[in-house]
Amino acid sequence: MAANSADAAAETAAAYLLRRHRWHWAEALPWLVAIGVFFAFPDYLALGTQILIWVLFTLSLDLVLGYAGVVTLGHAAFFGTGAYAAGLLSARLGWGEPISALAFGALCAAAVGFVSGWVLLRYRGLTLLMLTLATSIMLYELGNARADVTGGFDGLAGISLKPLLGAFDYDLYGRTTYAYALAVLFVLFLVARRIVWSPFGQAVIGIRENVRRMHALGSPVHRRLVTIYTVAAAMAGAAGALHAQTNAFVTLGALGFERSATVVVLLVLGGTGRLYGAFLGAPAYLLLEDLLAKRSPEYWEFGVGLALVLAVLFARRGLLGLLEDAGRALARRRP
Amino acid sequence: MSAPLLETRGLSRSFGALQVARGIDFALAPGARHALIGPNGAGKTSFVNLLTGVLRPSAGQVLLGGEDVTRLSQAARARRGLARTFQINALFRGLTVVENVCLAIGERTGACDNLWRPAGAPAGRPVIDEALALLASLRLQDDALRQVHELPYGRQRLVEIAIALGQRPRVLLLDEPAAGVPSTESHIILEVIERLPADIAVLIIEHDMGLVFRFAREITVLVAGAVLVQGAPAEISADPRVRAVYLGEEAHG
Repeated sequence: MAANSADAAAETAAAYLLRRHRWHWAEALPWLVAIGVFFAFPDYLALGTQILIWVLFTLSLDLVLGYAGVVTLGHAAFFGTGAYAAGLLSARLGWGEPISALAFGALCAAAVGFVSGWVLLRYRGLTLLMLTLATSIMLYELGNARADVTGGFDGLAGISLKPLLGAFDYDLYGRTTYAYALAVLFVLFLVARRIVWSPFGQAVIGIRENVRRMHALGSPVHRRLVTIYTVAAAMAGAAGALHAQTNAFVTLGALGFERSATVVVLLVLGGTGRLYGAFLGAPAYLLLEDLLAKRSPEYWEFGVGLALVLAVLFARRGLLGLLEDAGRALARRRP
Repeated sequence: MSAPLLETRGLSRSFGALQVARGIDFALAPGARHALIGPNGAGKTSFVNLLTGVLRPSAGQVLLGGEDVTRLSQAARARRGLARTFQINALFRGLTVVENVCLAIGERTGACDNLWRPAGAPAGRPVIDEALALLASLRLQDDALRQVHELPYGRQRLVEIAIALGQRPRVLLLDEPAAGVPSTESHIILEVIERLPADIAVLIIEHDMGLVFRFAREITVLVAGAVLVQGAPAEISADPRVRAVYLGEEAHG
């Protein structure tokens, strides 16, 4: 009898662990909403595109901050690198094919992520936080110093794209750019999802939960962190490249501290370490900002600040946490 | 006598004027059941930290399987078969019990190098099956899916050992495995360590003398960072110097 119950416990555990990376029906929701917006709100696709880009950027931060527990205030370094790499390719060298330029932006950001991560990720906590901040400030000043290349504070103009896949030209409503951004987000989301459910992804979570024990059980902690940091940098770089391509313009703000801080806010607001936080935090923040800015162009930031205070106080696990609690309450009510 | 699995030669470490290890010569043979005892502040945990690579010695060597590992990192030593448990739990508190063990197994087998295949079925099955078998051997299978922080402290101490066993160590260092466990439950820890695979060399640091004398076949007494005496349990309990050290300590408190 005891043996049977032990076997049953092991079987339950095995079944859970073996299947938990599989898709849940609720995971289709963000994509259905994104596709729905495309058809239902054709006038809002420009805003929608910017939201998708922020979602991708926030998702990339989730890999670093949410999964690996690396607190960074310099994530815009990678966004900006991707934006300038893709933008300069078109504006200075005349390369107009968008997908290869996006890949180039991601690659450049990955290189910056790899090199800076190799150096910085030996440190933790406040030291690391300061170092990520310093890195992004250095890149910002580099962009400023080489205004002849980057356009400096005037921004980088003259980015023009060839039709997407050689077939889809860009329309006034931004249908093509929205679909492009959504497709890029989807593909990179699949990559991120694959990684977090891999044994490597689990090891990265282990580093977040107890780095000391990971060292003690033989994990090459530094290598794991540099790897996830590089992947996240590439993803942030892709977001930056999308930003440059869809706005046809890049300013130093792409590298700025404000962007690094905002992306942390979006992630914490949405919920960390569960992939979908980015899909809630970024739209909630940007829609609220859009709404309040229209209502009260002078004081809208007060409203955003108030909403954040409430969210942090009453939704400790982010908006995703609220949804999870609601889902659980519903499940309990059903017999 | 077979060649030692773990050996130190003249191992010393000081923090300024404080010497926590003074020329320690120590050897652990395959299958050893060795206990390290000594009064508080004798340098027992520092010695474990020197063995595992948390601390670097000021002088002397650490050899693992005959290889000089003095300059190797903790993780490199762990990959060569040196596992430890912690005096104060060092667990993955937000994860389930089985995930805690899967991490040790995954890092040992190299599964954790893979960032593309799922940790679940089908690729992850061997790791999960091994983890669950290990939990069953420690009678932890019913808690497999509970988060570590939900467990009572005594069972958390078992998870501490389970992670180390997931590393399939050649040498296992148990740093006060029964610390913090109510005396009514410490027999559970003892049962587990008595059933450890015979070929593993085990070094246990423990204050509970009942546990030490039941488990150890060899005892080293450490005082003020130096080896005071080493021998079989009967010799140690009869040694007047050891008695003096412990009586002295007990007199203080």
